[in-house]
Amino acid sequence: MRGREASPGARRDREFEAFVAGAAGRLLHTATLLTAEVPEANPRARRLLALALAQTYAAWDRLRGEDPYDRARQQLAVRFARTAWHTYGRFGTFGRERPDASGALARLTPQERLIVVLLLHEGIAEEQTAALLALSVERVRGIRARAVAVLLHPPRGPAPARMKVAHS
Amino acid sequence: MNQTEREASVRRLLDGALPVVPPDMYAQAVRRGGRMLRRRRALLRLLWLLLCAAAVAFAVWAATAHPWVEPPSDTTPPLTGW
Repeated sequence: MRGREASPGARRDREFEAFVAGAAGRLLHTATLLTAEVPEANPRARRLLALALAQTYAAWDRLRGEDPYDRARQQLAVRFARTAWHTYGRFGTFGRERPDASGALARLTPQERLIVVLLLHEGIAEEQTAALLALSVERVRGIRARAVAVLLHPPRGPAPARMKVAHS
Repeated sequence: MNQTEREASVRRLLDGALPVVPPDMYAQAVRRGGRMLRRRRALLRLLWLLLCAAAVAFAVWAATAHPWVEPPSDTTPPLTGW
């Protein structure tokens, strides 16, 4: 009781440390699926997670009973959606190399990955996902069906060829 | 295969090996999050300070200039001696 009154910062740090210890592994797995990296070498996923966790920490005192895992996952998804446009966009990458995707979802586009991961891996409802990504529910449903089809019936030829065709 | 079975096999595809969390993840998040928090607080304080300064400046100006008093007319000469 006295400790809580003495330093709310220390209490926040303690709670946040417990949260990171429990949730960071799963969140990093989600981030690695999003960036389509292999689990052994995932620098982009780590950067993404570090930012999402930092923002969760900054918002910790204003969560007011909201699930911090939910908040961190939202940060992760929204930030990935925003950066994906620049990193993988079809209008050129401003001289930077397009990162090579080699993970389980490498054949999908970033948007398909985002929707597959949020719906199937995280188990979020279609309506919530649509609201989070500012898409219509029908569109989310369509992307989900297409992504599942692509994953189960891979097109012939090497995977990166499809992305290169879209780029030129 | 129906939709449920197809999605179940995709879920199995997603449940791969868990990546190892780097040990400095917590420290890094606290450092960057703390910096964000401090920056946000400083910005908020600055905005409040600006608001207070503007209010004080307005009060001082109003007290000296009396903008609500009608200015003396200088088109009609004062009516004296009739």
